[in-house]
Amino acid sequence: MKLERLPQGALRVRLAGAWGLASGLPSFDPIRRELASEPPPGRVTFDVGELKEWDSGVLSFLVRIEDLCSERGVATDRDSLPDGLRRLIALAEAVPETKDAKQEEKRPSFLERIGLGAQGVGSGAVEMVHFLGEAAGSFARLLRGRARFRGVDLFLLIQDAGAQALPIVSLISFLVGLILAFVGAVQLEQFGAQIYVANLVGIAMAREMGAMMAAIIMAGRTGAAYAAQIGTMRVNQEIDALVTMGLPPIDFLVLPRMLALCLMMPLLAVFADFVGMIGGGVVGVSMLDLPPIVYYQQSASAVDLVDFATGIFKASIFGVLIAFSGCLRGMQCGNNASAVGDAATSAVVTGIVMIIVTDAMLTVLFNIFGI
Amino acid sequence: MEPARPTETEAEITVKDLTMAYGSYVLMRDLSFSIRRASIFIIMGGSGSGKSTLLRHMIGLKEPAKGDILYGNESFTQADPADRERMLRRVGILFQSGALFSSLTLAENVGLALEEFTELRPAEIREVASLKLSLVGLKGFEDFYPAQISGGMQKRAGLARAMALDPAILYFDEPSAGLDPISSRRLDELILELRESLGTTIVVVTHELASIFTIGDDCVFLDPETRTMIATGNPRELRDHSDDPKVRTFLRRGDDGQASNEQERERG
Repeated sequence: MKLERLPQGALRVRLAGAWGLASGLPSFDPIRRELASEPPPGRVTFDVGELKEWDSGVLSFLVRIEDLCSERGVATDRDSLPDGLRRLIALAEAVPETKDAKQEEKRPSFLERIGLGAQGVGSGAVEMVHFLGEAAGSFARLLRGRARFRGVDLFLLIQDAGAQALPIVSLISFLVGLILAFVGAVQLEQFGAQIYVANLVGIAMAREMGAMMAAIIMAGRTGAAYAAQIGTMRVNQEIDALVTMGLPPIDFLVLPRMLALCLMMPLLAVFADFVGMIGGGVVGVSMLDLPPIVYYQQSASAVDLVDFATGIFKASIFGVLIAFSGCLRGMQCGNNASAVGDAATSAVVTGIVMIIVTDAMLTVLFNIFGI
Repeated sequence: MEPARPTETEAEITVKDLTMAYGSYVLMRDLSFSIRRASIFIIMGGSGSGKSTLLRHMIGLKEPAKGDILYGNESFTQADPADRERMLRRVGILFQSGALFSSLTLAENVGLALEEFTELRPAEIREVASLKLSLVGLKGFEDFYPAQISGGMQKRAGLARAMALDPAILYFDEPSAGLDPISSRRLDELILELRESLGTTIVVVTHELASIFTIGDDCVFLDPETRTMIATGNPRELRDHSDDPKVRTFLRRGDDGQASNEQERERG
């Protein structure tokens, strides 16, 4: 690009060679300087005699010159431009800029953001209570035999939340039992009380860790899946279709999921309890040289039915919480693909928070009542 | 036996002073029109004018900010959920994307409503579902899942599902969007056939001009600038005689008035 002042006070912009988006555009500053200089050019003309190739890079450059000139009231002479370029410039200018179309990015102030955040928490809580009410209503309909869902759906959900979750639950609870035994063994060995590792692992698994670990696995595995399934159904208008067909999604989708997890979680927890004890036993036998039969008898005498019952009770509550958070986030899902991902993530976070908070409350309650 | 043809002058659906809003943002106000029984009614307007939102109001997926929607003489807006469900039992809806349940086969999709709301036995449900699928040209695809068939087929299967309970009213949300011209035309023929043979009242949201003129008996035109309806009537008459230049321009695909028509001819 070259700039020349013509004798009559006009500015000639000479464009030469190959211009393209790929090769980059020259700096705009010289033209700006020329236009700002004294005396300002009366008009701007173009010389494109040596312009070999061009694409929309030239176009955007020319449109900027036009903009700048019209700002300063300088006329431009387009006649010397190639026909194609002239028509494209005319097309770009055909519809004037829509003034209010540009969305104003107004950054809220710090206080405003705190307020918005608080409002969000408030409305989120209201939605959650609302959903809880709907779920309770649906459960009441189930008891009266008027809830509408397909038995085969419930069966498949139970299969997925039950049998198919066994391998991962086994692995994790075995390792948790192992870890508990290790930590306990190091401490108890100092007092020569290695045998009590069996008590420690047995009671911890039955009362707490079995239900808790199963719940956390299921929140990540099944809670997220529920949110993603229901969220995708919302994006795909399947939820709308259900509503208009007279099949309330709360009965048709949420209720069977809650039932499935509420029924399967206690079973998974009991399973996890035993696998965890086996994990503890492995440490006891191999590291502490306890005979297997002794470890077994010690465990059997340490853990009673009440310990199992508290774990089972917790597990079914956790099951409801996981299904609740998964379905809640799925139903709240926005209508695009990334919203489904957010819903799944949020379901896991909500689920785990609810599980831990509830577990803490229940543990304190059991302690107060001496269970 | 021929189904009893209802009197055609009766209003099946009436929309009264409807205002649609998202929060405080008013999308459309003062919408009033009625849809005759066994007619094909078109809701049209440019993109973003709220056509689909109007449909969502009519089937209870969104609540009106003001105004009422009546089915027959009964208010839908003020009805309690049980009554709404009863009114919607007479309605079938084809959603924009088909909205088939992806975990069910086509036969199960069509059969779901039959399973839940009729006393039919499983074998009979399958027969009826199979029949409905054959009406939309999908015989033999009963055991396919929605993900295994093309978009146009999904839409037709969605129509079969909408027709499962022989509804008196059928809603179509942008039926020709994403269809090739031939499928789109077949769908138009099917819509006409449904009206002729079953006397179904049909409401179509579309901006496809060819469809509008082929099937439309009546229409309402939503204008996003004035945020209300600016015309109702027969689409062909509106094209030729509407007082409103916006309506004429829309129905003539951007050409308004005689002058530009002549230019077009010269150029062509």
